[in-house]
Amino acid sequence: MKFRSLSEAVEANVRDGDSVAMEGFTHLIPCAAGHEVIRQARKRLTLIRMTPDIVYDQMIGMGCADKVVFSWGGNPGVGSLHRFRDAYENGWPNQIAIEEHSHAAMANAYEAGAAGLPLAVFRGYIGADLPKVNPNIRHITCPFTGERLAAVPSIRPDVAIIHALKADRAGNVLLEGIVGVQKEAVLAAKRSIVTVEEMVDDFGPRSANAVILPAWTIGAVVCVPGGAHPSYAHGYYKRDNAYYKAWDAIARDRDTFLAWMKANVLEKGPEAFAAQALRLGAKAA
Amino acid sequence: MAQPYKPNEMMTIAAARALRNTDVCFVGIGMPSAACNLARLSHAPDITLIYESGTLATKPSVLPLSIGDGELCDTALTTVSVPEMFRYWLQGGRITLGFLGGAQIDRFANLNTTVVGPYDKPKVRLPGGGGAPEIAVSCGEIFIIMAQGKRSFVPKLDFVTSIGHGEGGEHRARLGLKTKGPTRLVTDLCVFEPDPETKEMIVTSIHPGVTRDQIVENTGWPVRYGAQVAETAPPTAHELEVLRELHTRTALAHGEQTGVAA
Repeated sequence: MKFRSLSEAVEANVRDGDSVAMEGFTHLIPCAAGHEVIRQARKRLTLIRMTPDIVYDQMIGMGCADKVVFSWGGNPGVGSLHRFRDAYENGWPNQIAIEEHSHAAMANAYEAGAAGLPLAVFRGYIGADLPKVNPNIRHITCPFTGERLAAVPSIRPDVAIIHALKADRAGNVLLEGIVGVQKEAVLAAKRSIVTVEEMVDDFGPRSANAVILPAWTIGAVVCVPGGAHPSYAHGYYKRDNAYYKAWDAIARDRDTFLAWMKANVLEKGPEAFAAQALRLGAKAA
Repeated sequence: MAQPYKPNEMMTIAAARALRNTDVCFVGIGMPSAACNLARLSHAPDITLIYESGTLATKPSVLPLSIGDGELCDTALTTVSVPEMFRYWLQGGRITLGFLGGAQIDRFANLNTTVVGPYDKPKVRLPGGGGAPEIAVSCGEIFIIMAQGKRSFVPKLDFVTSIGHGEGGEHRARLGLKTKGPTRLVTDLCVFEPDPETKEMIVTSIHPGVTRDQIVENTGWPVRYGAQVAETAPPTAHELEVLRELHTRTALAHGEQTGVAA
């Protein structure tokens, strides 16, 4: 584990053509890190995430991706991801491929990746059409009961990027609240970056079962207060639901999108996230 | 003549009434979430609501915009990881009822939330299945809530995201499924339930003021009716009050100023 600046961490760990899992199930989405990948103009990434939302829309629209592996792609409670759809349906700014799964498949595949297994086995996709269009969904017969079960390859990304709450001085990191598949994603990946809300001397009183990733499982730790905005950080700041709603109009039009990205991402740095957190944190009662 | 409630309100209330205090319910976002929380805030205070983000027995005071809003975690009995949610709780058979919505439905209550048009050349690319393919087979039974219209109630789905009764009859059993599948479909016009033999969804209750012609006009297959068709009881003043308060609290909570526009 190395403490780094965000630009150093991305420079050292994310390469053109990598498979990258930036996970977060509504909570703790590593948005600041996604913006840094955009600023460094990474190309041909395979973006993996159960629930691609705004930050992947931004990365796709800025030409970082050539493939997306996902199970639910949308702006939650709002509608479509317009940049994702424009890339997939019209090839702008470049054509992207998709590999589509169910949530259960991807959750199992991350867990299998963390466990060092080549595949995940589960009772899934029964009567559903996805196996007809995704050759990575296959079936296996249980050698003990004869039950036919679904199988998908485990997810073992080149890089996992997550956002956590705290890191201590040794670089161990703590997650609480809706923890999603972030622990599995980091343990499944070859390399990893964890951005955190704050650095602390000690995690202090906590449950013996708190989700903690030891420093030696992580490539780089970066302190980026507010780095999950517009998603939220449990106990720090609330989800910026109004941002998600406003994104729909921004992303709908290519020129509006590009102008917004220039002003808010290309010409800004990770410090812009701290102001958002402060604004929303004040409201977190 | 105008009724003192909207068709959407009738739909949510009719769906909520079917939920039982003892249910352990896997909740989809949007209309299912409104119906489930209305049930919890009215006749089913002990219903266990589970969202796929990992929150078990959650009691949100406002409706979440996303499946993982902080409100869900803050008010939950406990929150588990997403792999645990899908493996132990859903696949493990701990959920009595799954509550889904969709973009398209057919007469056997199969659902499409993936794509309109061909998969590789979509007319409309929808968000995808999320948890639905496994919710549809692992929960004890399934309720569905959808506004009715010819574009959404179609004779043939463009894509089967999650199975209902498949091709009808014993299709689920032939696939090895022991769960019941869709037992209730609530719309803004009426309530459908599966025919015991064919498993086709047939109308068993019509909301007040709705005509059979309206139902026919808004269904893409030849609608069949049960031997006895009830009239849905209109919303009570209490049901409307609880639902409207829930929506008002939600709008206030989600309508806050944003820093998104520079």
